[in-house]
Amino acid sequence: MTAAPPPADPTTPASAFGVSDAELAALQARLADRAEADGLLDIAYRTIDSPIGPLLLAATEHGVLRVAFAGEGFDTVLQRLADRVSARILATPARTDPVARQLDEYFTGRRRSFDVRLDRRLSAGFRAAVQGLLPGVEYGRTVSYAELAARAGNPKAVRAVGTACATNPLPIVVPCHRVLRADGSLGGYLGGPDTKRYLLDLERTATAEEPR
Amino acid sequence: MTPTPRGAPPFDEIVRRHGATVLRVCRAVLGPGPDADDAWSETFLSALRVWPAPVDNVEAWLVRIAHRKAIDVIRGRERRAVPTAEPAPSEARPAVDPAADATDEVWAAVADLPERQRLAVAYHWFGGLPHTETAELTGSTPAAVRRAAADGLATLRRVLAVHPTSDDPGAAQSPSSRRTGAHP
Repeated sequence: MTAAPPPADPTTPASAFGVSDAELAALQARLADRAEADGLLDIAYRTIDSPIGPLLLAATEHGVLRVAFAGEGFDTVLQRLADRVSARILATPARTDPVARQLDEYFTGRRRSFDVRLDRRLSAGFRAAVQGLLPGVEYGRTVSYAELAARAGNPKAVRAVGTACATNPLPIVVPCHRVLRADGSLGGYLGGPDTKRYLLDLERTATAEEPR
Repeated sequence: MTPTPRGAPPFDEIVRRHGATVLRVCRAVLGPGPDADDAWSETFLSALRVWPAPVDNVEAWLVRIAHRKAIDVIRGRERRAVPTAEPAPSEARPAVDPAADATDEVWAAVADLPERQRLAVAYHWFGGLPHTETAELTGSTPAAVRRAAADGLATLRRVLAVHPTSDDPGAAQSPSSRRTGAHP
């Protein structure tokens, strides 16, 4: 995500006509504000640092649309959003500030559930139904894929529940990491098994420290 | 919010990829400062309005938009200008703030070019437009644009040789080093 280098010319130093990254960043921020004010900004995104690495947060005017792990490739994620939702995408913290703040609180153990509007248009059908059940799994607790299938009203759809969790466009905020295999082993996770373990440990520790 | 044709890049990528080029074009035409910044913003805002646009060469498309926005800015200036008894200068030169820092010294050299040369340098050399298109935008001929671009670049090379710049772009930000030095 770096700016393209200035055009090279062998005889006149291009650096002499350099425009600084700071100047461009200021112009880009102003552009995003104008685009928002004019109703032209369909998707606002930003990246944040977290204990599990950088996260990309994207939001439409309806709410948080996507949370992505660095391993997914942020440029790939943005291109998919352009293909599926809109290419009018700009980097600006405006719309994702609340979820960024709540994620920070979550990672420091001060937050147990998220209170932000979600734009769920990236999910449909049975997957959307399963993902809709995930916030009902309590902080610090886990369920099995089979149990979640039963809750979704289709006990045999264990594999489909797995797919629903694996394709959750809003990980962490919609807590698919709380779903494990029936034998208690981790199962898959888009952010990788280490990330899943980290989140479960974080919640277990915070729950254990809770005054009774 | 209609789904876009597959493969159209996120607009953010367009800004990151071409933002510097468009700013160079705007600065060459208008001089560095708020006018160039405004033209830059208006250019990308117009482009965003119709994005994803079915264009083969996004950069050339943006440069053409920037040209129109720069003309708007110049017209705005003329409307605001206070009429005086003095004859108008034959060529509109971009305003360069004399108090600007040394980063703008090279831009001042661009601003000092005659208008034909300056626009040829802006659209062809910075913006990458072919001579034919630059000629169309500036109401000239391809041959004249080619000559103007070459003359403009030659002048800039001469001026920049008096003010040698290191490979480090940050060096352009230290005014004293250059102001105290090599003026003949």
